[in-house]
Amino acid sequence: MPSPIATALDRLERTRVWRSIFRSGKGRSTLHNALVIQQSVFLHLFSVKVRKRMLSLGATWYLGTLTLATFLLLVVTGVLLMLYYHPSVPQAYTDVKDLQFVVSSGLFLRNLHRWSAHAMVFLAFAHMFRVFYRGAYRPPREFNWVVGVVLLLITLLLSYTGYLLPWDQLAYWAITVGTNISSAVPLVGDKIRFLLLGGHFVNANALLRFYVLHCVILPLSAVLFLAVHFWRIRKDGGLYVRESEPGAAEAAQTSTTEEREKP
Amino acid sequence: MTPPKDFTAAVGSDMRVAPRRVLFVTRRTSPQVKLHDEERVQTFPEVLVRALLAVECLAIALVLMSLFFNAPLEGIANPTNTPNPAKAPWYFLGLQELLHYFPPIVAGVLIPGVLITALLVIPYFDINIEAEGFFLRNRQRRLLVSMGLSAAFAVFLLFFDVYVALPAVAVMAGLMLLAAASSPQSPNRFRRYLALRPVSWWIMTWFLFEMVVLTAVGTFFRGPGWSWVWPWRS
Repeated sequence: MPSPIATALDRLERTRVWRSIFRSGKGRSTLHNALVIQQSVFLHLFSVKVRKRMLSLGATWYLGTLTLATFLLLVVTGVLLMLYYHPSVPQAYTDVKDLQFVVSSGLFLRNLHRWSAHAMVFLAFAHMFRVFYRGAYRPPREFNWVVGVVLLLITLLLSYTGYLLPWDQLAYWAITVGTNISSAVPLVGDKIRFLLLGGHFVNANALLRFYVLHCVILPLSAVLFLAVHFWRIRKDGGLYVRESEPGAAEAAQTSTTEEREKP
Repeated sequence: MTPPKDFTAAVGSDMRVAPRRVLFVTRRTSPQVKLHDEERVQTFPEVLVRALLAVECLAIALVLMSLFFNAPLEGIANPTNTPNPAKAPWYFLGLQELLHYFPPIVAGVLIPGVLITALLVIPYFDINIEAEGFFLRNRQRRLLVSMGLSAAFAVFLLFFDVYVALPAVAVMAGLMLLAAASSPQSPNRFRRYLALRPVSWWIMTWFLFEMVVLTAVGTFFRGPGWSWVWPWRS
């Protein structure tokens, strides 16, 4: 006899409302499983089927998946942090202090956001080097590699703009050091710095600009490029497999010639 | 209805029987033919469940870390009080370390610009297409070139006092010597591995090595006035 939960779920999945939302229908057939992916606006970016050997941990170390996970975690914790934060001087700092000492779980929320941010930068780099050493950037995946480099830069900028927001000494001087470098760009260096900071020094204007970049412009561009990045995996023939790697290529060649030699 | 044919097809090499050859059947399989397709699984549920599990593990690790370690928060920003040293976030400390040796136009603009451009154009270079071991062909000449480049790079680093980047140069040059002296049939697994590395691997590994060293030095070994400090003595 099925459990009450299973019965309730079964009944729910038969309702008209449920069927109007999830069109894959009831059942666990190959077709139904394929429809789960194909009929979902988010999941349809991915292919319906994946090569079995790509499931093993060693194939990818799930680095791309984990980078995406940190991004989602950062969006959730970031939105919650936004509820307690004003991008103004000196309130920004007192808000962060309140998060540390007054807001329930505020300290945990900020910690999680901070450590996830470091994790995302690290994982994005790890993902890039992994893809490189696998040779997965080679044609036809060259454009997806470029999209990936753009995403790495967006990740770095996201982390960097977020660094200023607590408005403490660490934040202030890290941004001062960083933006001073942009003055070294020939001809337009000071103009770039002025554009970034909204002034000649790191001040309230800079905080507001970094806040808008951090909470609106950069996350939106990240989502846009992420969509292209995932969609291109499917369009470029799924996750890369070893075929064209040094040892594998030679091994495959010798085996096919052997097969050909057979009468 | 198909239109009536105005020709007859025949196969044969005898000109008297089949005056026109219309079809060639070769013995070999054409290279495009897939002899077997590899096994595939469905994204739902096989892949999605595994991905969720991986995400869950990472989330647990991050939550544990957040419970036990607090994010740093110093005093309120004070433009009149410069901390010494003023450090950027860790992933920029490699660049900040370079800034210590080179003028800002080189370390802050030229090097990052070249690096980003190099990353962007990697897949458009045909350099790695054959992906064969770098020292397997033209060994003498390639060894000469790579050793010459290593020596030139070392002199360049010495000229700008970038001593921290020198050990990595020595290690990479040593590995290249070892790779050139190894064959893909070597009984030693590590030497076999080195012998099969293509040129792109050498460039990227060298870059990664230097990047890690510079970032580590900037993070742990730099104190007031960007002077050298031992992290365990502070």
